[in-house]
Amino acid sequence: MTPPETTATDGEVEHQHAIKESADLLRFATAGSVDDGKSTLIGRLLLDSKAIFEDQLESVESTSKSRGYDYTDLALLTDGLRSEREQGITIDVAYRYFATPNRKFIIADTPGHVQYTRNMVTGASTADLGLVLVDARQGLTEQSRRHAVILSLLRVPHLVLAVNKMDLVDFSEDVYNRIHKEFTSFATKLSIPDLEIIPISALLGDNVVTRSEKMPWYSGPTLMHHLEHVHVASDRDLVDVRFPVQYVIRPKSDEFHDYRGYGGQVAGGVLKPGDEVVVLPSGMTSKIAKIDLFDKEIGEAFPPMSVTVHLEDDVDVSRGDMIARVNNAPKPSQDIDAMVCWMTNEPLRPRQKLAIKHTTRTGRAMVKDVQYRLDVNSLHRDQETKELGLNEIGRVQLRTTMPLLCDPYSKNRTTGSFILIDEATGVTVGAGMINSGT
Amino acid sequence: MTDTHADYQLSQLDQLEAESIHIFREVAAEFEKPVLMFSGGKDSIVMLRLAEKAFYPAKIPFPVLQVDTGYDFPEVLACRDSWVNRLGVRLVVASVEEAIKSGIVVDDGKTSRNRLQIGTLLNAIEEEGFTAAFGGGRRDEEKARAKERVYSHRDDFGQWDPKNQRPELWSLYNGRLHEGEHMRIFPLSNWTELDIWHYIDREQIEIPSIYFSHQRRVFQRDGMLLSESEFNPLRSGESVEERTVRFRTVGDLTLTGCVESDAANTAEIIDEIAIAKVTERGATRGDDRFSEAAMEDRKKEGYF
Repeated sequence: MTPPETTATDGEVEHQHAIKESADLLRFATAGSVDDGKSTLIGRLLLDSKAIFEDQLESVESTSKSRGYDYTDLALLTDGLRSEREQGITIDVAYRYFATPNRKFIIADTPGHVQYTRNMVTGASTADLGLVLVDARQGLTEQSRRHAVILSLLRVPHLVLAVNKMDLVDFSEDVYNRIHKEFTSFATKLSIPDLEIIPISALLGDNVVTRSEKMPWYSGPTLMHHLEHVHVASDRDLVDVRFPVQYVIRPKSDEFHDYRGYGGQVAGGVLKPGDEVVVLPSGMTSKIAKIDLFDKEIGEAFPPMSVTVHLEDDVDVSRGDMIARVNNAPKPSQDIDAMVCWMTNEPLRPRQKLAIKHTTRTGRAMVKDVQYRLDVNSLHRDQETKELGLNEIGRVQLRTTMPLLCDPYSKNRTTGSFILIDEATGVTVGAGMINSGT
Repeated sequence: MTDTHADYQLSQLDQLEAESIHIFREVAAEFEKPVLMFSGGKDSIVMLRLAEKAFYPAKIPFPVLQVDTGYDFPEVLACRDSWVNRLGVRLVVASVEEAIKSGIVVDDGKTSRNRLQIGTLLNAIEEEGFTAAFGGGRRDEEKARAKERVYSHRDDFGQWDPKNQRPELWSLYNGRLHEGEHMRIFPLSNWTELDIWHYIDREQIEIPSIYFSHQRRVFQRDGMLLSESEFNPLRSGESVEERTVRFRTVGDLTLTGCVESDAANTAEIIDEIAIAKVTERGATRGDDRFSEAAMEDRKKEGYF
C-alpha cells in the first residue's frame, strides 16, 4: 500500500523558482464551474508554483474580507472583469501563466456552463491538455460529460479528470473507483488518446502538488507531476509537410536585391533544403533552396517554427498558397464537410453566406446543409433540425468560393480548422473542424 | 547552417517567438496601415526585435508610434533613437504637450499624464489613419488583460468592450474592421515578465540603462520611490536622498517608481524577478493603484 513514487520531486516544486528558462511549454484548458472548485484549484496551482504575488494575494484577501467571507476566495484571482467579480462567475476565457523549472504553463481558464460552450471551444482550440473537474460527491454530471465531449471534438490529445473534493467523501477509494469506471466507459465513445484520472482536494492540496497521505490506495501521479511530465512533443505531425505561405518577403534593397522568401509558420512535417516540393493550388513544383530563421540559414524547419523558405525556381507564390511534398499534399477542396460550433445568436442556416478564414486563405463560403446537430451531453445526433443556434455544434456542409488546402482536423489541427466570419458585422461567428474536403 | 534538432523540440521561448512572428506577419499581410506603439520600455523593445526578425532582411513594413508625455526619462528616449536609427523605421511622435495646446486633451492639473496619453494616442491613430496598433501588453500583467484577445477590437471611439470580444480560436485571427474602427494587436500576449527578461538576455537586446542598477536621487511618495525631477515637485514632508535603484517598468517619470536593487545586468535581474514577491505594476505603477478595476477602466477608454 505504499505509493510507488517518491514525493521528493513533487514537493520540490514548491520551493524552486523558475530562474532558469523553462525548457518546455504546456497549454492546457480547464473547464468547470465555481461549484467544482476549479478556481480554487487554479489558485492553488498558481500559489504553490509561486506565480501569485503578494499584492495580488492581498487584493484578493481584502476583497474577500469586504464581502464578509471568512475565507480567502481564490476565485477572485482569476475572475478578472468587474462584471464577473460582481456576479461571481467566469464569463470569458482567461489566460493564466505559471512556470516550474521543467515547464511553462499557459492555462486557458474557461467557464463551464452550457451557455458558454463557445468560450470553452475557444480555450480548447489551442490546448495540449484538457482538465475536467468533477465533485467527488456528485460524480459525473451532464456538465463534466459535455466538457469531455468538447475536448474530444477539439482533438485535445491529453485529458485529465480531476476528482475533486475527496476530503468531503473521506478520501474514499470506492468513490474514486466508481467515478473512474463510469468515466472510462463513457470515454470509449470519444477520441481521447491519453486519459489520467486523479483524486484530489484542491482546497487542502492533496495530490495537487504534494502527494496525499490520506489516499495511499492511489498510486498514480499528482496533478502537478502529471502536468510537468505528460509527453506532448509527439502530438505534432512531423510527417506531412504543410507550410501555409503567410507573407512574401522582398527587401528590394541593394544588399538583398534578388531576395524572395516565403514567410510562414510550419503547420506540419519537417522541411529541409533540397526537398522537392509542390506549391498549391497552382501545382507547380520546385525544390527548397534554403530556409532562413532571421539572419541564419537552418537545416530543418518543423512545427511550430516561423521561418522563411526559399525555392530554387522563380515560381509564382503568394499569401494563401501552401507548400507541401510532391507525393504528400492536401487536395484543394471546395466542398467541405465539417463540425461547426456556432457562436452567435442569429442561427446558422442553409444558404447562408459567410466569410471563411482557413490557414492564411480568406474567402467566402455558403452553407449547403446542416446534416445534424450534436447533443453534446448525450452524443445524440438530431437530424430533424436544419439550424444551429448559439453554442450548438453540428455537422455542416459548406461550398467555398476558393479551394481550401485542407486536411482532416483529426490529422492536423492547423490545416483542419477554420473560422467563419459574419460579413456584415465582421464578428467571428463559427469555428469549424474539417472532416473531409472534396 | 545551424545544428539539426534531433528531437524536433522547440524551447518554450522559441515557441513564443514563433507565435509572435506569426502575429506580426499576419497583421502586415492583412491590415492596410499598421503601427507599432512604442513606449521605450522593455516590452516594446522586445516587440521591435520580433518585428525585425519577422521581416528580415526587409525593413519593418510599418512605422513606430511613441506618445511623448513630456515626462519621459531621457535614457529611454536615447534608447528609442538608437533602435529607430538602426532599424531605419519611421518614428511618429504624438506629444501630450501638443495635444494639450491644441485642446485635444485637457490638463486639469489632477489628471495624470498617463491618462492624458489616451486622448493623445487615439487622436494620433485617427489622424494618421492607422488600422492596427501593436501594443506590448502581456496577459500576465493584470486581471483585465488576462482576458484580452491577441487581436483586440476597438470601436470608432477607440473603446474596448470586454463583454463583447470576438472569439479567438487556434491561430486564426480575425482582422475585419468597419470604417473608423481599429485593432489593437498584442503579440506578447503569452509572454511573462520572466520570458521577456530571458529573451533580452538571450538576444543581448539593448534596453534603457535605467532598468539596471544605478545611483539616483529619489524620494518616497505613497510607498513608492520616485525620481527627483523638475516635473515632480516635492510636497511637504518629502525629502530627497541618493539610493541604489533600478526601474522595473518605464513610463511617465512622475508616476513610475523604482526599486532598490543591485541587479546590474540581465542575469542578475532574472534572479531578482524570480524571487520577487510583488508584481511589476503593483510595485512601481501609481496609475494602477487607484481602484481594483483601474486597468479595466482605462482599457475600456482606449488605453494601450
